[in-house]
Amino acid sequence: MFKKFSHALIEKNLILMGVLSLITVSIGGLVQIVPLFAVETTIERVEGIRPYTPLELAGRDIYVREGCYTCHSQMIRPFRDEAERYGHYSLAAESLYDHPFQWGSKRTGPDLARVGGRYSDDWHSAHLRSPRDLVPESVMPPYAFLDRPLDYRDIAAALRGQRAVGVPYTDAMIANAAADLEAQARPEMDPAGFAGRYANARQSAFDGDGRTVTEMDALVAYLQMLGTLVRFGDVTPERVRQQ
Amino acid sequence: MDLFQAYPVLKAAWVVWFFLLFGFILVWVLRPGRRCAYQAMADIPLQDAPPAPPKRSL
Amino acid sequence: MPDGGQALRLAAAGGWRQDSYVDGPIRAMAVATIFWGIVGFLVGVVIASQLAFPLLNLDLEWTTFGRLRPLHTSAVIFAFGGNALLCTSLYVVQRTCRARLFGGEEMGWFLFAGYQFFIVMAAVGYLLGVTQGKEYAEPEWYVDLWLVVVWVSYLVAFGGTILRRAEPHIYVANWFFLAFIITVALLHIGNNVALPLTIGHAKSYGLASGVQDAMIQWWYGHNAVGFFLTAGFLGIMYYFIPKQAERPVYSYRLSIVHFWSLIFLYIWAGPHHLHYTALPDWAQTLGMVFSIMLWMPSWGGMINGLMTLSGAWDKLRTDPGLRFSVAAVGFYAMATFEGPVMSVKAVNALSHYTDWTIGHVHSGALGWNGFITFGALYWLVPRLWGKTELYSKKLAEWHFWIATLGIVLYITAMWVSGIMQGLMWRSYDAMGFLQYSFVETVAAMHPYYVIRMLGGVLYLSGAVLMAYNLWRTVRPAPAALPASQPLAAE
Repeated sequence: MFKKFSHALIEKNLILMGVLSLITVSIGGLVQIVPLFAVETTIERVEGIRPYTPLELAGRDIYVREGCYTCHSQMIRPFRDEAERYGHYSLAAESLYDHPFQWGSKRTGPDLARVGGRYSDDWHSAHLRSPRDLVPESVMPPYAFLDRPLDYRDIAAALRGQRAVGVPYTDAMIANAAADLEAQARPEMDPAGFAGRYANARQSAFDGDGRTVTEMDALVAYLQMLGTLVRFGDVTPERVRQQ
Repeated sequence: MDLFQAYPVLKAAWVVWFFLLFGFILVWVLRPGRRCAYQAMADIPLQDAPPAPPKRSL
Repeated sequence: MPDGGQALRLAAAGGWRQDSYVDGPIRAMAVATIFWGIVGFLVGVVIASQLAFPLLNLDLEWTTFGRLRPLHTSAVIFAFGGNALLCTSLYVVQRTCRARLFGGEEMGWFLFAGYQFFIVMAAVGYLLGVTQGKEYAEPEWYVDLWLVVVWVSYLVAFGGTILRRAEPHIYVANWFFLAFIITVALLHIGNNVALPLTIGHAKSYGLASGVQDAMIQWWYGHNAVGFFLTAGFLGIMYYFIPKQAERPVYSYRLSIVHFWSLIFLYIWAGPHHLHYTALPDWAQTLGMVFSIMLWMPSWGGMINGLMTLSGAWDKLRTDPGLRFSVAAVGFYAMATFEGPVMSVKAVNALSHYTDWTIGHVHSGALGWNGFITFGALYWLVPRLWGKTELYSKKLAEWHFWIATLGIVLYITAMWVSGIMQGLMWRSYDAMGFLQYSFVETVAAMHPYYVIRMLGGVLYLSGAVLMAYNLWRTVRPAPAALPASQPLAAE
């Protein structure tokens, strides 16, 4: 066999070279990607993960739109200093419904995986409007323009789009998407059924003004729920073991 | 014997195998066979020949 | 096909000449390479300045760092690098196959215009906040689909030219270009499977989520480096260094090993971007092992490029273009040594999330991709316009030294700031508390961000010098001016 084989054969045949190259570059990707879908223990078995509320999802889309991932990670590594600075290391389960994932690759600013509940709503909106008023050394751009009304005409389509790629939004969630979004940003509104649809979701005038739903409301609502879904007191090592 | 116990052995075997592979490639690359053919191929960019008319129409 | 018929007629009439190659679109691509290079470097300087002086975000939504950063990365990788690859690959494949471009002038112009349209659509989207939020894959679904159309045409044009070749053997540079085109198609489609909200909506959600999305993204992201910025640019190296040195490649057999080992190993290295994350350990370990093994083909190729000069080293003194190409291979050697080191988990624990990564990327992008492109342009542009000499070797030398100084400032600043920040994050005081708050580590970065910005300014200035030099090289000779016009008026 080896006597017959000559590399010159490939050097003279475009199709052969193209196909062999394609096979050569496919192997690594297949070995690394396919098992992640097939092996169930890739996602830890923890309770509390739920889809984003419509307001949080709108906030997440703003987070993506503004490229926050270019400076903030959402992935705490299992080191002592990171645990002390940011909290428990991040689980794969915590980004189960993240289309796209926003783990990031650079910390020009701090990690945000568990920023939820660390600061008040007022702090977040003031900090987003003018970061250096609160943190003089910060190099973050100001986001005062987020105080404009949120355009949520497409929020039901967004939930449907999320369901199409695998997020378990129910018919009721999609039917009530706009109402749920408004209810979460206006604490005085009756949240008919909202709490039942989204466990541990908080109603608040996130930007300090309950009259209009703004982009600021949405982004702060998203930031304030980051990393708050899993109750780590109930988690055993067996449940977070990956294979 | 599970994978954890086999790990040190596999690790050493991998290094040895890789060393052998590397040595084999080195010998293969440096051996003088087919030197003329390779020289002709390497000279392709230096020829600066005008384009030949296509032998067949595509 | 009219094209082939015309060629046969030309051949019969003895009129088949060097200029029967399709060169018009290639000249346009060379101009686009220089133009987008300067745009990309300029945006880089702007965002580097923003990190040093945040006031430069200008309080406008369109000019925040978060929106400009994808503009910078896409402009340098896809606009500058992409046009350089289109330009050189279409030039090289015609010469080494001794065949006219498949599809002729029309195909060349379609590729040129189609690719520029892709760039402009993507860039406008970034400024308006239309993004998928995945690094180096930010364009939304409709831009992605357009790129697929252009890319398949590119494969057809490139492969078609090889199929109609007069040279029986396919030269090694073409293998690298071919693998680059095929693999980038695979990566681009694999990482961008997404559903738009509605067909009239710019926003889409990707099919994969969380940990799987992360793995697919970095399979894509690392191999954008591996195939777009490495395999494709190695194609440039394998043609232009022999041309500049006027010597054949050092070892053709080594280039065969180089090719197969590089494309096999590179694709595995993606998970090293996800060390210590929620990606399962087995995948991280695979990524680390293959990244280290990748050192060997990288250096094999580097040796092959450098040793091509054996017996012709004196040319380095007289040919500034060759000096760029050889320095590029040197930077390639440095970056491909640093990369495997950083992929070791213990090192990565310190370097990840810091500026060290940014410095590493730029030693590859500025040193390797930038310099090999400059080297190729200094050789190619005079020839494409039928000139024999560069306008000024002196200016090209200035370009070389200014750009080199810029890179040195850039990467040393990023080494210091990256390692310092990594160490500050993990340092404890005598009481056992974290010694620094996060914002103290941000404040400590300031001087290095200023130095980095200066490095960028130098690199940009060098590119402007090159643009001027090349423009003077190709502009119509003064003899074309009316004879009555006095010289002093110039």
